[in-house]
Amino acid sequence: MSQSTAQRVASLESPEVWQTVCEHRDLVSHSGVVVWLDGAQVALFYLPGAEGRSLYAIDNHDPQSGANVIGRGLVGNIKGEMVVASPIYKQHFRLEDGSCLEYPQQRLRVWPVRLNGSVVEVAVV
Amino acid sequence: MGFSRVLLMNTNVAALNKQQTLIVIGNGMVGHHCVEQLIERGALDHYRLHVFSEEPMRAYDRVHLSEYFTGRDAESLALSDAALYQTPGVTLHLGVPVLEIDRVRRQVITAQGCVAYDKLVLATGSYPFVPPIDGAEGDSRLVYRTLEDLDAIRAAATNARRGVVVGGGLLGLEAANALKSLGLEAHVVEFAPRLMPVQLDEQGGRALKAQIERLGVGVHLSRGTQSISAGEDYRYRMNFANDEFLETDLIVFSAGIRAQDALARQCSLEVGPRGGIVIDDHCQSSDPHIYAIGECAAWNGTVFGLVAPGYQMARAVAAQLCNESTEPFVGADMSTKLKLLGVDVGSIGDAHGNTPGSRSYQFIDETNASYRRLVVDASGKHVLGAVLVGDNSYYDTLLQYMQNAIALPAEPASLILPSSTGAPTLGPGALPESATVCSCHNVTKGSICSAIDGGCTDLGLLKAQTKACTGCGGCAGLLKQVFEHELIARGVSVDKSLCEHFAYTRQELYALVRVEGVITFEELLAKHGRGHTGCDVCKPAVGSILASCWNQPIMDASLVPLQDTNDTFMANMQKNGTYSVVPRIPGGEITADKLIAIGVVAKKYDLYTKITGGQRIDLFGAQLHELPDIWAELIEAGFETGHAYGKSTRTVKSCVGSTWCRYGVQDSVKMALAIEDRYKGLRSPHKLKFAVSGCTRECAEAQSKDVGVIATEKGWNLYIAGNGGMRPRHAELFATDLDDETLIRYIDRFLMFYIRTADKLQRTSVWRESLEGGLDYLKDVIINDSLGLGEELESQMQLVVNRYECEWANALKDPEKLKRFRTFVNDKRPDPDIHFVQERGQRRPIMAAELNLIPVIEETV
Repeated sequence: MSQSTAQRVASLESPEVWQTVCEHRDLVSHSGVVVWLDGAQVALFYLPGAEGRSLYAIDNHDPQSGANVIGRGLVGNIKGEMVVASPIYKQHFRLEDGSCLEYPQQRLRVWPVRLNGSVVEVAVV
Repeated sequence: MGFSRVLLMNTNVAALNKQQTLIVIGNGMVGHHCVEQLIERGALDHYRLHVFSEEPMRAYDRVHLSEYFTGRDAESLALSDAALYQTPGVTLHLGVPVLEIDRVRRQVITAQGCVAYDKLVLATGSYPFVPPIDGAEGDSRLVYRTLEDLDAIRAAATNARRGVVVGGGLLGLEAANALKSLGLEAHVVEFAPRLMPVQLDEQGGRALKAQIERLGVGVHLSRGTQSISAGEDYRYRMNFANDEFLETDLIVFSAGIRAQDALARQCSLEVGPRGGIVIDDHCQSSDPHIYAIGECAAWNGTVFGLVAPGYQMARAVAAQLCNESTEPFVGADMSTKLKLLGVDVGSIGDAHGNTPGSRSYQFIDETNASYRRLVVDASGKHVLGAVLVGDNSYYDTLLQYMQNAIALPAEPASLILPSSTGAPTLGPGALPESATVCSCHNVTKGSICSAIDGGCTDLGLLKAQTKACTGCGGCAGLLKQVFEHELIARGVSVDKSLCEHFAYTRQELYALVRVEGVITFEELLAKHGRGHTGCDVCKPAVGSILASCWNQPIMDASLVPLQDTNDTFMANMQKNGTYSVVPRIPGGEITADKLIAIGVVAKKYDLYTKITGGQRIDLFGAQLHELPDIWAELIEAGFETGHAYGKSTRTVKSCVGSTWCRYGVQDSVKMALAIEDRYKGLRSPHKLKFAVSGCTRECAEAQSKDVGVIATEKGWNLYIAGNGGMRPRHAELFATDLDDETLIRYIDRFLMFYIRTADKLQRTSVWRESLEGGLDYLKDVIINDSLGLGEELESQMQLVVNRYECEWANALKDPEKLKRFRTFVNDKRPDPDIHFVQERGQRRPIMAAELNLIPVIEETV
């Protein structure tokens, strides 16, 4: 366990895993947009000034409806955790780790993400 | 105790020696209550319990039976979880009628065999009495008692237009309500010269008749049905004396009940001269091993046809069988409070003033068909009884005066006189600890207080713990008052917070936004909330309040993050993540050119097209990135957004009115256009639907809308707070024969008052029902301007009207706002996971089961 974490940290430090996905100005404050990343759909939530981080990357696919809509969900803070509500059936996912508040069996993939100057980068590990 | 039970289960021989068998026959409301009480009092330590029911469904709520026709299903009427009857030691035999009782061998005999008993409780209830009438059979001999009876009534009503209930008592009027909710023209035929002869006096009966007739139910008194023959215009003809008759398609008999004492007669238990198993003050029958409770029992010659005395008997028997001390059953208070066909009826104690020396006060209001009578004793100090028709808000107080022998005020009449501040109430603080709040479950104010002292601060929890208000439900209002009064007395505040970020109700936040002129969510959160983000409950709620107050474009940067997805993208998200688009078609009026323009857009973007219930056209299947192009073309053709995505004004439906229709008396289309133009873009706690009909034939269905307008010879009638959907509600007539200007003024005030005082996501119908003071209060505020708010409400509405701008036109002007309308911000492709198939000449979303077809379709495209 600790070894794989160590590997992951090491790999995040190498520049080739970070891929530029869009411009900073493509983001919408306090809300989400979606980028195409080699066949995956990644929702980016930009939350300047909120509790927690200012940028999150999470799977756009809603497992309950089967539709790609998470990036269009409403962001909120529930009991101290930043979450997004699916716009179709309103279940909540933690932006930090993609786990679902209501249904433990639903879990979304999350990616490391960062602002690098004027661009947004997602780490593909 | 738990230990000894395990031991018993593991050593069957010992168990057989120690445990006795208790059998309850009947699983109605009273039989069920007895089982509940037995289990609660630990009867399973001494008894194995068998329950026999001839009905196939476990005990259900007969008091609310008519709700079966307005959407409640059998399961939701059930009185308990199935789990209760799965308690070890309890066996429920559903659909197994008991055929005989062998008192000598102490056995009950069913088609499936015999079961021996040590103690037996009969709770077989009653059956509807059907007088012997020639020709009464099949659909002309229906009864109203069980779920199966209701199924039979529903089947008979399928092709029927008119239905008659024989019997104008409490159950008969319930049955008439059921017929009405099945869409039939309902009539009531009563043998006595007045309705509800047991509970009401002559004047009360007269007031009730007037009220019920106003609701469109026919009432025929002093009529006995002599025979039933084939009808001419309807299926049957009911023949009365003097060659009078009434034709109908079905007949429901509700002419009283008879105790179901067949088993008792079979095994020669003593039965009363008018039926019913004779019981003593301990509910014991003539056989000391057999008890009888509920409507099958006769105490002192009387069968009690209400649930509360039945429960009282059930408790008495359960206590005895568990060797607890118990108070004897010495009769029951037959006071009752009901809503029959929507009319309040209350009867307390000696309603007829039969007590020697008693005196009465009466209040008669023939305008509103309202009637109240107060019966006091010879000394004038105590309440003996009362009759209420039309307004039960007096009931709780009068009942408390009677039950607790509270001394009357100097002017007893004030207890039944109308007063400007509503019915005088005996505050919950004035009630003694011993005062009964819930008579079905015998819950006193004292036991409510001790539940609260035990840490119960939630009304739902209180009901679960004490059972208060879970019988007939008549004490709901009083229970809530006592509960809140006691909480406040203990310094506990009732939590009505919107969510974890705002410790305010929607109404309070609305006032803060108004008074302080707050225009952003951040400002409101910083001043009155917690944290920096909010959540998906408070953000849309505050977004809606800000829009109702200030009507700024919802696509402004500070407002975008507040909106739910439909408002953010100004379209309605469908199940596959695509959107539907609804351009406004005011009043449902549209030119050929505009129809063609919609057709061109639908064709170009391959949109599935359907006509909506609100006289517009819905275009389905647009992807996010297509919305701006679609709207640019629609706006070019002269359309505006239809706000189908918002909690806001939706449509104003109309008929063609006097312009084309030979019956029309006003230009309904013109009025619909004026209304739609005025309120388009108005955001509110929930969606708003309007309609305007050009005559009383009501083709626009205005009486099912939040605001309905119907033309008269002299102007317009205004109806408010109607609703279709899951819980339909007829709109109520609010004002008549209004001129155009007054009509708009009242609608302005009504809508703004709703926006100001409603809870979040509360439709006008639910809001109106929750308004204290009801329709009269609302009329006072809107028409008589009793709160002095009229001008303020009008000017608030005018601000919203003046600031109206088509949101789509606004967004299309601003590239920043269009940034979000991209499926992928870094790629031009559409969402590759969205697939359609063709059906009836249009495309629709593919279903999961059809997904294997995708490759074929993609190749052919």
